[in-house]
Amino acid sequence: MPIIEMRDLTFTYAGAEKPSILGINIVVEPGEFVVLTGPSGCGKTTVCRCLNGLVPNFYSGEMTGNVKVTDLDVRKTPTMELARHVGFVFQNPENQLFSLSVERDVAFGPENLGLPRDEIRRRVDWALQATGISHLRNMAPYELSGGQQQRAAIASVLAMKPRLIVLDEPTSFLDPKSAQEILDVISQLNRELKLTIFLVEHRLDAVSRHADRVIVMDKGRVVLDGKPSNVYGEQAWLIGIGVPKVTMLFHLLRKDSISLDSIPITVEDATEELRRKLT
Amino acid sequence: MIEVENLCFTYPNGKDVLFNVNLKVQDGEFVAVMGENGAGKTTLVRHFNGLLKPATGRVLVDGTDTKKSSVASLARNVGLVFQNPDHQLFCETVKDEVAFSLKNFGYPEDIVERRVRGILETLDLTSYIDSSPFMLSGGERKRVALASVLVWNPKHIVLDEPTIGQDYQQKDRLRNFILQLNTQGKTVIVVTHDVEFIAECKPRVVVLSGGRIVGDGPAVDILTDESLVNKASLVRPQIAKLMSSLSDIGLPANVIDLFTARTVLASKLERAETCR
Repeated sequence: MPIIEMRDLTFTYAGAEKPSILGINIVVEPGEFVVLTGPSGCGKTTVCRCLNGLVPNFYSGEMTGNVKVTDLDVRKTPTMELARHVGFVFQNPENQLFSLSVERDVAFGPENLGLPRDEIRRRVDWALQATGISHLRNMAPYELSGGQQQRAAIASVLAMKPRLIVLDEPTSFLDPKSAQEILDVISQLNRELKLTIFLVEHRLDAVSRHADRVIVMDKGRVVLDGKPSNVYGEQAWLIGIGVPKVTMLFHLLRKDSISLDSIPITVEDATEELRRKLT
Repeated sequence: MIEVENLCFTYPNGKDVLFNVNLKVQDGEFVAVMGENGAGKTTLVRHFNGLLKPATGRVLVDGTDTKKSSVASLARNVGLVFQNPDHQLFCETVKDEVAFSLKNFGYPEDIVERRVRGILETLDLTSYIDSSPFMLSGGERKRVALASVLVWNPKHIVLDEPTIGQDYQQKDRLRNFILQLNTQGKTVIVVTHDVEFIAECKPRVVVLSGGRIVGDGPAVDILTDESLVNKASLVRPQIAKLMSSLSDIGLPANVIDLFTARTVLASKLERAETCR
Protein backbone atom coordinates (compact mmCIF):
# COMPACT_ATOMS: atom_id res chain seq x y z
CA MET A 1 0.00 0.00 0.00
CA PRO A 2 1.45 3.40 -0.96
CA ILE A 3 2.29 5.77 1.89
CA ILE A 4 1.46 8.85 -0.18
CA GLU A 5 -1.21 8.79 -2.83
CA MET A 6 -2.15 11.96 -4.69
CA ARG A 7 -4.59 11.49 -7.55
CA ASP A 8 -5.45 14.29 -9.96
CA LEU A 9 -4.98 16.74 -7.16
CA THR A 10 -5.74 20.39 -7.93
CA PHE A 11 -5.84 23.16 -5.36
CA THR A 12 -6.61 26.85 -5.64
CA TYR A 13 -6.01 29.04 -2.59
CA ALA A 14 -9.00 31.13 -1.53
CA GLY A 15 -8.78 34.42 -3.38
CA ALA A 16 -6.19 33.22 -5.90
CA GLU A 17 -6.99 33.44 -9.58
CA LYS A 18 -5.43 30.20 -10.70
CA PRO A 19 -4.59 26.87 -9.09
CA SER A 20 -1.25 26.50 -7.28
CA ILE A 21 -1.11 22.82 -8.12
CA LEU A 22 -2.77 21.22 -11.08
CA GLY A 23 -3.62 17.57 -11.70
CA ILE A 24 -0.87 16.23 -9.44
CA ASN A 25 -0.31 12.47 -9.39
CA ILE A 26 2.33 11.38 -6.91
CA VAL A 27 2.52 7.90 -5.44
CA VAL A 28 5.23 7.10 -2.90
CA GLU A 29 5.84 3.59 -1.57
CA PRO A 30 6.96 2.95 2.03
CA GLY A 31 10.72 3.29 2.52
CA GLU A 32 11.34 5.48 -0.51
CA PHE A 33 13.60 8.55 -0.38
CA VAL A 34 11.93 11.07 -2.67
CA VAL A 35 13.22 14.53 -3.52
CA LEU A 36 10.79 17.16 -4.78
CA THR A 37 12.29 20.12 -6.59
CA GLY A 38 11.39 22.87 -9.01
CA PRO A 39 11.64 26.65 -9.49
CA SER A 40 10.35 28.88 -6.71
CA GLY A 41 6.60 29.33 -6.88
CA CYS A 42 6.09 25.99 -8.68
CA GLY A 43 3.82 24.57 -5.99
CA LYS A 44 6.26 22.48 -3.91
CA THR A 45 5.21 23.95 -0.59
CA THR A 46 1.53 23.50 -1.44
CA VAL A 47 2.16 19.81 -2.15
CA CYS A 48 3.83 19.50 1.28
CA ARG A 49 0.93 21.28 2.97
CA CYS A 50 -1.45 18.74 1.44
CA LEU A 51 0.50 15.95 3.12
CA ASN A 52 -0.36 17.04 6.66
CA GLY A 53 -3.72 18.53 5.87
CA LEU A 54 -2.68 22.18 6.37
CA VAL A 55 -4.16 22.41 2.88
CA PRO A 56 -7.18 22.54 2.87
CA ASN A 57 -7.89 22.41 6.64
CA PHE A 58 -5.88 25.51 7.60
CA TYR A 59 -5.22 27.22 4.26
CA SER A 60 -8.67 27.18 2.72
CA GLY A 61 -9.43 26.97 -0.96
CA GLU A 62 -10.88 24.72 -3.56
CA MET A 63 -9.56 21.18 -3.80
CA THR A 64 -10.39 18.50 -6.32
CA GLY A 65 -8.89 15.02 -6.59
CA ASN A 66 -7.65 12.89 -3.72
CA VAL A 67 -4.84 12.86 -1.18
CA LYS A 68 -4.22 9.91 1.05
CA VAL A 69 -1.32 9.74 3.45
CA THR A 70 -0.73 6.47 5.31
CA ASP A 71 -4.14 5.52 3.91
CA LEU A 72 -5.85 8.43 5.68
CA ASP A 73 -7.83 10.94 3.64
CA VAL A 74 -6.23 14.23 4.71
CA ARG A 75 -9.47 16.10 4.16
CA LYS A 76 -11.31 13.94 6.66
CA THR A 77 -8.49 13.49 9.17
CA PRO A 78 -7.65 16.19 11.70
CA THR A 79 -4.08 17.53 11.46
CA MET A 80 -3.55 16.36 15.03
CA GLU A 81 -4.22 12.77 13.99
CA LEU A 82 -2.07 13.07 10.87
CA ALA A 83 0.81 14.36 12.99
CA ARG A 84 1.14 10.88 14.51
CA HIS A 85 1.99 9.45 11.12
CA VAL A 86 3.59 12.33 9.25
CA GLY A 87 6.44 14.37 10.70
CA PHE A 88 7.13 17.85 9.37
CA VAL A 89 10.46 19.69 9.34
CA PHE A 90 10.58 23.26 8.07
CA GLN A 91 13.21 25.46 6.49
CA ASN A 92 13.98 27.48 9.58
CA PRO A 93 14.32 25.40 12.78
CA GLU A 94 13.84 28.55 14.86
CA ASN A 95 10.17 28.46 13.85
CA GLN A 96 9.77 24.95 15.16
CA LEU A 97 11.60 24.96 18.50
CA PHE A 98 10.19 26.86 21.43
CA SER A 99 11.12 25.20 24.73
CA LEU A 100 13.94 26.07 27.07
CA SER A 101 15.71 22.77 26.51
CA VAL A 102 16.17 20.42 23.59
CA GLU A 103 14.88 17.54 25.69
CA ARG A 104 11.61 19.33 26.42
CA ASP A 105 11.14 20.20 22.77
CA VAL A 106 11.61 16.58 21.78
CA ALA A 107 9.28 15.38 24.57
CA PHE A 108 6.52 17.81 23.58
CA GLY A 109 4.98 15.67 20.83
CA PRO A 110 4.85 12.38 22.78
CA GLU A 111 3.53 14.23 25.86
CA ASN A 112 0.67 15.51 23.74
CA LEU A 113 -0.12 11.99 22.66
CA GLY A 114 -0.66 11.24 26.34
CA LEU A 115 1.93 8.48 26.40
CA PRO A 116 3.19 7.03 29.70
CA ARG A 117 6.21 8.71 31.23
CA ASP A 118 8.56 5.79 30.61
CA GLU A 119 7.61 5.58 26.99
CA ILE A 120 8.16 9.33 26.54
CA ARG A 121 11.58 9.04 28.12
CA ARG A 122 12.49 6.09 25.89
CA ARG A 123 11.39 7.92 22.77
CA VAL A 124 13.26 11.11 23.67
CA ASP A 125 16.47 9.16 24.32
CA TRP A 126 16.06 7.27 21.09
CA ALA A 127 15.28 10.36 18.97
CA LEU A 128 18.21 12.30 20.40
CA GLN A 129 20.52 9.41 19.73
CA ALA A 130 19.26 8.83 16.18
CA THR A 131 19.99 12.45 15.32
CA GLY A 132 23.33 12.53 17.16
CA ILE A 133 22.47 15.21 19.73
CA SER A 134 22.23 13.28 23.02
CA HIS A 135 24.95 15.53 24.46
CA LEU A 136 22.86 18.63 23.77
CA ARG A 137 19.71 17.51 25.59
CA ASN A 138 19.93 20.13 28.34
CA MET A 139 20.89 23.03 26.10
CA ALA A 140 18.42 25.74 25.12
CA PRO A 141 17.64 25.62 21.39
CA TYR A 142 18.72 29.24 20.95
CA GLU A 143 22.20 28.35 22.23
CA LEU A 144 22.67 25.85 19.42
CA SER A 145 24.13 26.33 15.97
CA GLY A 146 21.78 26.20 12.99
CA GLY A 147 22.75 22.63 12.20
CA GLN A 148 22.20 21.48 15.77
CA GLN A 149 18.83 23.25 15.84
CA GLN A 150 17.75 21.47 12.69
CA ARG A 151 18.77 18.13 14.24
CA ALA A 152 16.68 19.01 17.30
CA ALA A 153 13.73 19.79 15.02
CA ILE A 154 14.15 16.41 13.32
CA ALA A 155 14.45 14.68 16.71
CA SER A 156 11.24 16.33 17.94
CA VAL A 157 9.43 14.98 14.89
CA LEU A 158 11.06 11.58 15.16
CA ALA A 159 9.86 11.14 18.74
CA MET A 160 6.33 10.88 17.37
CA LYS A 161 7.50 7.73 15.56
CA PRO A 162 6.04 8.77 12.22
CA ARG A 163 6.22 6.52 9.16
CA LEU A 164 6.81 9.46 6.88
CA ILE A 165 8.89 12.61 7.33
CA VAL A 166 8.29 15.60 5.09
CA LEU A 167 11.10 18.15 5.04
CA ASP A 168 10.68 21.53 3.33
CA GLU A 169 14.18 22.80 2.41
CA PRO A 170 15.68 21.81 5.75
CA THR A 171 19.26 22.74 4.84
CA SER A 172 18.90 26.13 3.24
CA PHE A 173 19.88 28.07 6.36
CA LEU A 174 22.86 25.84 7.08
CA ASP A 175 26.51 26.04 6.12
CA PRO A 176 27.57 23.38 3.62
CA LYS A 177 29.11 21.06 6.17
CA SER A 178 26.11 21.16 8.51
CA ALA A 179 23.83 20.72 5.49
CA GLN A 180 25.74 17.63 4.47
CA GLU A 181 25.50 16.26 8.01
CA ILE A 182 21.74 16.84 8.13
CA LEU A 183 21.30 15.06 4.80
CA ASP A 184 23.39 12.18 6.17
CA VAL A 185 21.16 11.97 9.26
CA ILE A 186 18.06 11.93 7.03
CA SER A 187 19.56 9.28 4.80
CA GLN A 188 20.45 7.17 7.82
CA LEU A 189 16.88 7.37 9.13
CA ASN A 190 15.74 6.22 5.72
CA ARG A 191 18.15 3.29 5.52
CA GLU A 192 18.14 2.08 9.11
CA LEU A 193 14.58 2.79 10.22
CA LYS A 194 13.01 2.39 6.78
CA LEU A 195 11.36 5.76 7.25
CA THR A 196 9.86 7.21 4.12
CA ILE A 197 11.45 10.56 3.26
CA PHE A 198 9.79 13.30 1.23
CA LEU A 199 12.33 16.09 0.91
CA VAL A 200 11.93 19.44 -0.84
CA GLU A 201 15.32 20.72 -1.92
CA HIS A 202 16.90 23.15 -4.38
CA ARG A 203 20.47 22.05 -3.83
CA LEU A 204 20.54 18.79 -5.69
CA ASP A 205 24.32 18.40 -5.70
CA ALA A 206 24.36 17.26 -2.08
CA VAL A 207 21.16 15.24 -2.01
CA SER A 208 21.31 13.29 -5.26
CA ARG A 209 23.40 10.43 -3.94
CA HIS A 210 20.78 9.66 -1.27
CA ALA A 211 17.63 9.91 -3.36
CA ASP A 212 15.82 6.96 -4.93
CA ARG A 213 13.69 9.30 -6.93
CA VAL A 214 13.48 12.94 -7.97
CA ILE A 215 10.20 14.64 -8.82
CA VAL A 216 10.37 17.94 -10.67
CA MET A 217 7.48 20.40 -10.62
CA ASP A 218 6.99 23.43 -12.83
CA LYS A 219 4.06 25.84 -12.87
CA GLY A 220 1.94 23.68 -10.58
CA ARG A 221 2.45 20.41 -12.45
CA VAL A 222 4.71 17.40 -12.10
CA VAL A 223 6.90 17.45 -15.21
CA LEU A 224 9.54 14.84 -14.42
CA ASP A 225 9.61 11.86 -12.08
CA GLY A 226 12.28 9.17 -11.96
CA LYS A 227 15.75 8.13 -10.87
CA PRO A 228 18.08 11.14 -10.47
CA SER A 229 20.27 10.10 -13.40
CA ASN A 230 17.22 9.91 -15.67
CA VAL A 231 15.70 13.16 -14.50
CA TYR A 232 18.74 15.44 -14.76
CA GLY A 233 18.53 15.96 -18.51
CA GLU A 234 18.10 18.93 -20.77
CA GLN A 235 14.49 19.49 -19.75
CA ALA A 236 15.30 19.72 -16.05
CA TRP A 237 17.97 22.20 -16.87
CA LEU A 238 15.71 24.35 -19.01
CA ILE A 239 13.12 24.51 -16.25
CA GLY A 240 15.90 25.93 -14.16
CA ILE A 241 16.41 23.40 -11.40
CA GLY A 242 19.79 23.11 -9.69
CA VAL A 243 21.12 20.05 -11.49
CA PRO A 244 24.47 19.03 -9.91
CA LYS A 245 27.42 20.81 -11.51
CA VAL A 246 29.13 17.58 -12.58
CA THR A 247 25.94 16.46 -14.32
CA MET A 248 25.74 19.79 -16.13
CA LEU A 249 29.39 19.52 -17.07
CA PHE A 250 28.80 16.17 -18.77
CA HIS A 251 25.81 17.49 -20.67
CA LEU A 252 27.88 20.44 -21.87
CA LEU A 253 30.71 18.17 -22.96
CA ARG A 254 28.25 16.06 -24.93
CA LYS A 255 27.15 19.26 -26.65
CA ASP A 256 30.79 19.74 -27.60
CA SER A 257 30.39 16.38 -29.44
CA ILE A 258 32.45 14.46 -26.92
CA SER A 259 31.29 10.91 -26.46
CA LEU A 260 30.69 9.98 -22.84
CA ASP A 261 29.27 6.69 -21.64
CA SER A 262 27.14 7.96 -18.77
CA ILE A 263 25.75 11.06 -17.13
CA PRO A 264 27.01 11.07 -13.55
CA ILE A 265 25.20 12.57 -10.58
CA THR A 266 28.14 12.50 -8.14
CA VAL A 267 31.70 13.80 -8.25
CA GLU A 268 32.99 10.25 -7.70
CA ASP A 269 31.20 8.84 -10.74
CA ALA A 270 32.29 11.80 -12.86
CA THR A 271 35.91 11.37 -11.77
CA GLU A 272 35.84 7.69 -12.62
CA GLU A 273 34.49 8.18 -16.11
CA LEU A 274 36.85 11.02 -16.97
CA ARG A 275 39.80 9.05 -15.66
CA ARG A 276 38.86 6.14 -17.90
CA LYS A 277 38.58 8.42 -20.94
CA LEU A 278 41.79 10.31 -20.30
CA THR A 279 44.18 7.49 -19.46
CA MET B 1 36.16 52.39 1.02
CA ILE B 2 35.30 50.33 4.06
CA GLU B 3 38.08 49.93 6.60
CA VAL B 4 37.90 47.67 9.62
CA GLU B 5 40.68 48.12 12.14
CA ASN B 6 41.28 45.77 15.08
CA LEU B 7 37.58 45.21 15.46
CA CYS B 8 36.39 43.23 18.48
CA PHE B 9 32.73 42.77 19.29
CA THR B 10 30.89 41.22 22.22
CA TYR B 11 27.12 40.93 22.41
CA PRO B 12 25.42 42.26 25.57
CA ASN B 13 24.98 38.65 26.81
CA GLY B 14 28.77 38.39 27.01
CA LYS B 15 29.26 36.30 23.91
CA ASP B 16 32.42 37.30 22.07
CA VAL B 17 31.85 37.22 18.35
CA LEU B 18 34.66 39.06 16.61
CA PHE B 19 38.31 39.05 17.57
CA ASN B 20 40.68 41.63 16.17
CA VAL B 21 39.32 41.71 12.65
CA ASN B 22 41.22 43.77 10.07
CA LEU B 23 39.79 44.21 6.62
CA LYS B 24 39.90 46.76 3.85
CA VAL B 25 37.36 46.77 1.03
CA GLN B 26 38.13 49.18 -1.81
CA ASP B 27 35.42 51.06 -3.70
CA GLY B 28 34.03 48.92 -6.49
CA GLU B 29 35.32 45.63 -5.07
CA PHE B 30 33.25 42.45 -5.05
CA VAL B 31 33.87 40.52 -1.85
CA ALA B 32 32.27 37.37 -0.46
CA VAL B 33 32.40 36.83 3.29
CA MET B 34 32.18 33.09 3.92
CA GLY B 35 32.36 30.86 6.97
CA GLU B 36 30.43 28.50 9.21
CA ASN B 37 27.07 29.25 10.90
CA GLY B 38 27.94 31.50 13.84
CA ALA B 39 31.36 32.54 12.51
CA GLY B 40 30.49 36.22 12.94
CA LYS B 41 29.75 37.07 9.30
CA THR B 42 26.48 38.87 9.95
CA THR B 43 27.93 40.62 13.02
CA LEU B 44 30.82 41.89 10.90
CA VAL B 45 28.70 43.34 8.10
CA ARG B 46 26.27 44.96 10.51
CA HIS B 47 29.15 47.19 11.48
CA PHE B 48 29.32 48.56 7.94
CA ASN B 49 26.16 50.66 8.22
CA GLY B 50 26.57 51.36 11.91
CA LEU B 51 23.85 49.00 13.13
CA LEU B 52 26.51 47.66 15.46
CA LYS B 53 29.35 49.75 16.82
CA PRO B 54 32.77 48.31 17.62
CA ALA B 55 33.51 47.34 21.24
CA THR B 56 37.15 48.04 20.50
CA GLY B 57 38.82 49.03 17.24
CA ARG B 58 37.03 51.07 14.59
CA VAL B 59 35.19 50.90 11.32
CA LEU B 60 35.56 53.66 8.74
CA VAL B 61 33.13 54.07 5.85
CA ASP B 62 34.49 56.44 3.22
CA GLY B 63 36.67 57.87 5.97
CA THR B 64 33.85 58.42 8.48
CA ASP B 65 34.13 56.63 11.82
CA THR B 66 30.85 54.72 12.26
CA LYS B 67 30.88 55.54 15.98
CA LYS B 68 30.59 59.22 15.13
CA SER B 69 27.77 58.82 12.67
CA SER B 70 24.14 57.66 12.74
CA VAL B 71 22.69 54.63 10.94
CA ALA B 72 20.39 57.03 9.07
CA SER B 73 23.28 58.92 7.51
CA LEU B 74 25.48 55.86 6.94
CA ALA B 75 22.60 54.01 5.28
CA ARG B 76 22.59 56.45 2.38
CA ASN B 77 25.91 55.06 1.30
CA VAL B 78 25.71 51.53 2.65
CA GLY B 79 22.64 49.50 1.78
CA LEU B 80 22.25 46.37 3.87
CA VAL B 81 19.86 43.62 2.85
CA PHE B 82 19.03 41.36 5.76
CA GLN B 83 19.18 37.60 5.70
CA ASN B 84 15.59 37.19 6.82
CA PRO B 85 13.32 39.39 4.70
CA ASP B 86 10.66 39.31 7.42
CA HIS B 87 12.95 41.43 9.59
CA GLN B 88 12.85 44.09 6.93
CA LEU B 89 9.45 44.12 5.28
CA PHE B 90 6.46 45.86 6.85
CA CYS B 91 4.36 47.65 4.21
CA GLU B 92 0.99 46.65 2.78
CA THR B 93 2.13 46.36 -0.82
CA VAL B 94 5.35 45.61 -2.62
CA LYS B 95 5.19 49.04 -4.21
CA ASP B 96 4.93 50.88 -0.86
CA GLU B 97 7.69 48.74 0.56
CA VAL B 98 10.11 49.53 -2.23
CA ALA B 99 9.13 53.21 -2.35
CA PHE B 100 9.48 53.71 1.41
CA SER B 101 13.12 54.77 1.56
CA LEU B 102 12.92 57.06 -1.46
CA LYS B 103 9.93 58.86 0.04
CA ASN B 104 11.84 59.22 3.28
CA PHE B 105 14.77 60.69 1.41
CA GLY B 106 12.31 63.24 -0.01
CA TYR B 107 12.39 62.33 -3.68
CA PRO B 108 9.54 63.71 -5.85
CA GLU B 109 6.65 61.39 -6.66
CA ASP B 110 7.48 60.85 -10.35
CA ILE B 111 11.08 59.85 -9.64
CA VAL B 112 9.95 57.48 -6.91
CA GLU B 113 7.47 55.89 -9.31
CA ARG B 114 10.04 55.50 -12.09
CA ARG B 115 12.74 54.06 -9.87
CA VAL B 116 10.38 51.64 -8.14
CA ARG B 117 9.11 50.31 -11.46
CA GLY B 118 12.66 50.03 -12.79
CA ILE B 119 13.97 47.97 -9.89
CA LEU B 120 10.89 45.72 -9.78
CA GLU B 121 11.34 45.00 -13.47
CA THR B 122 15.01 44.15 -12.96
CA LEU B 123 14.23 41.76 -10.12
CA ASP B 124 11.31 40.10 -11.90
CA LEU B 125 8.75 41.44 -9.42
CA THR B 126 6.58 43.66 -11.60
CA SER B 127 3.59 41.33 -11.48
CA TYR B 128 3.56 41.57 -7.67
CA ILE B 129 3.58 45.37 -7.50
CA ASP B 130 0.22 45.57 -5.70
CA SER B 131 0.57 42.30 -3.72
CA SER B 132 1.23 42.17 -0.02
CA PRO B 133 4.87 41.17 0.58
CA PHE B 134 3.60 38.63 3.11
CA MET B 135 1.61 36.74 0.48
CA LEU B 136 4.74 36.05 -1.57
CA SER B 137 6.98 33.00 -1.39
CA GLY B 138 10.19 33.10 0.67
CA GLY B 139 12.33 33.59 -2.42
CA GLU B 140 10.14 36.39 -3.71
CA ARG B 141 10.12 38.19 -0.34
CA LYS B 142 13.90 38.10 -0.44
CA ARG B 143 13.89 39.85 -3.76
CA VAL B 144 11.48 42.50 -2.46
CA ALA B 145 13.87 43.17 0.42
CA LEU B 146 16.71 43.47 -2.09
CA ALA B 147 14.67 45.83 -4.29
CA SER B 148 13.79 48.06 -1.35
CA VAL B 149 17.48 48.69 -0.68
CA LEU B 150 18.81 48.84 -4.24
CA VAL B 151 16.17 51.38 -5.19
CA TRP B 152 17.96 54.22 -3.40
CA ASN B 153 21.15 53.42 -5.23
CA PRO B 154 23.64 53.15 -2.35
CA LYS B 155 27.32 53.20 -3.19
CA HIS B 156 28.15 50.10 -1.13
CA ILE B 157 25.77 47.16 -1.08
CA VAL B 158 25.86 44.44 1.54
CA LEU B 159 23.78 41.32 0.92
CA ASP B 160 23.38 38.88 3.79
CA GLU B 161 22.74 35.39 2.40
CA PRO B 162 21.03 36.50 -0.81
CA THR B 163 20.76 33.00 -2.32
CA ILE B 164 18.77 31.33 0.46
CA GLY B 165 15.46 30.07 -0.90
CA GLN B 166 16.33 31.09 -4.46
CA ASP B 167 16.09 28.51 -7.20
CA TYR B 168 18.73 27.97 -9.81
CA GLN B 169 17.30 30.46 -12.31
CA GLN B 170 16.90 33.18 -9.70
CA LYS B 171 20.47 32.62 -8.57
CA ASP B 172 21.66 32.97 -12.13
CA ARG B 173 19.76 36.22 -12.42
CA LEU B 174 21.08 37.40 -9.07
CA ARG B 175 24.64 36.62 -10.15
CA ASN B 176 24.28 38.63 -13.35
CA PHE B 177 22.70 41.43 -11.42
CA ILE B 178 25.50 41.55 -8.85
CA LEU B 179 28.12 41.55 -11.58
CA GLN B 180 26.23 44.37 -13.29
CA LEU B 181 26.16 46.43 -10.08
CA ASN B 182 29.82 45.76 -9.70
CA THR B 183 30.66 46.95 -13.21
CA GLN B 184 28.73 50.14 -12.41
CA GLY B 185 31.38 50.73 -9.79
CA LYS B 186 29.38 49.68 -6.73
CA THR B 187 31.06 47.87 -3.91
CA VAL B 188 29.29 44.57 -3.40
CA ILE B 189 29.77 42.54 -0.23
CA VAL B 190 27.97 39.21 -0.08
CA VAL B 191 27.70 37.11 3.05
CA THR B 192 27.11 33.52 2.03
CA HIS B 193 28.01 29.89 2.43
CA ASP B 194 26.76 29.00 -1.01
CA VAL B 195 30.04 27.76 -2.46
CA GLU B 196 28.56 26.81 -5.83
CA PHE B 197 27.24 30.35 -6.26
CA ILE B 198 30.60 31.88 -5.38
CA ALA B 199 32.45 29.42 -7.66
CA GLU B 200 30.60 30.89 -10.62
CA CYS B 201 31.03 34.57 -9.58
CA LYS B 202 34.68 34.32 -8.52
CA PRO B 203 34.94 37.38 -6.23
CA ARG B 204 37.58 38.04 -3.58
CA VAL B 205 36.76 35.70 -0.71
CA VAL B 206 37.26 36.53 2.96
CA VAL B 207 36.89 33.50 5.22
CA LEU B 208 35.72 34.05 8.76
CA SER B 209 35.87 31.26 11.31
CA GLY B 210 35.25 31.53 15.04
CA GLY B 211 35.23 35.34 14.78
CA ARG B 212 38.62 35.60 13.10
CA ILE B 213 39.65 36.10 9.50
CA VAL B 214 41.41 32.88 8.52
CA GLY B 215 41.65 33.38 4.78
CA ASP B 216 41.52 36.22 2.24
CA GLY B 217 42.19 35.95 -1.48
CA PRO B 218 40.80 35.19 -4.93
CA ALA B 219 37.93 32.65 -4.96
CA VAL B 220 40.01 30.21 -6.99
CA ASP B 221 42.73 30.08 -4.33
CA ILE B 222 40.39 29.95 -1.35
CA LEU B 223 37.84 27.44 -2.60
CA THR B 224 40.48 24.94 -3.72
CA ASP B 225 42.22 25.03 -0.32
CA GLU B 226 40.79 21.91 1.25
CA SER B 227 42.02 22.44 4.81
CA LEU B 228 40.88 26.08 4.89
CA VAL B 229 37.49 25.17 3.47
CA ASN B 230 37.04 22.42 6.06
CA LYS B 231 38.08 24.69 8.88
CA ALA B 232 35.25 27.09 8.01
CA SER B 233 32.66 24.28 7.61
CA LEU B 234 32.44 24.91 3.89
CA VAL B 235 32.84 22.32 1.18
CA ARG B 236 34.79 22.68 -2.03
CA PRO B 237 32.66 23.28 -5.14
CA GLN B 238 31.92 20.11 -7.12
CA ILE B 239 34.06 21.26 -10.03
CA ALA B 240 37.02 21.90 -7.70
CA LYS B 241 36.69 18.41 -6.21
CA LEU B 242 36.48 16.85 -9.64
CA MET B 243 39.45 18.70 -11.10
CA SER B 244 41.71 18.18 -8.09
CA SER B 245 40.99 14.47 -8.00
CA LEU B 246 42.16 14.32 -11.61
CA SER B 247 45.25 16.48 -11.11
CA ASP B 248 47.46 13.35 -11.03
CA ILE B 249 46.69 12.81 -14.73
CA GLY B 250 47.64 16.34 -15.67
CA LEU B 251 44.47 18.38 -15.17
CA PRO B 252 44.76 21.83 -13.58
CA ALA B 253 43.62 21.72 -9.93
CA ASN B 254 42.76 25.42 -9.73
CA VAL B 255 39.46 25.32 -11.58
CA ILE B 256 36.19 26.03 -9.73
CA ASP B 257 33.68 27.06 -12.39
CA LEU B 258 31.73 25.17 -15.00
CA PHE B 259 32.81 27.23 -18.00
CA THR B 260 36.55 26.80 -17.42
CA ALA B 261 36.15 23.10 -16.62
CA ARG B 262 34.20 22.57 -19.83
CA THR B 263 36.86 24.31 -21.93
CA VAL B 264 39.78 22.47 -20.32
CA LEU B 265 38.12 19.06 -20.42
CA ALA B 266 36.75 19.41 -23.94
CA SER B 267 40.21 19.95 -25.37
CA LYS B 268 41.77 17.16 -23.27
CA LEU B 269 39.05 14.69 -24.16
CA GLU B 270 39.21 15.55 -27.86
CA ARG B 271 42.93 14.94 -27.87
CA ALA B 272 42.51 11.64 -26.03
CA GLU B 273 39.90 10.56 -28.58
CA THR B 274 42.09 11.32 -31.60
CA CYS B 275 45.01 9.41 -30.02
CA ARG B 276 42.89 6.29 -29.78
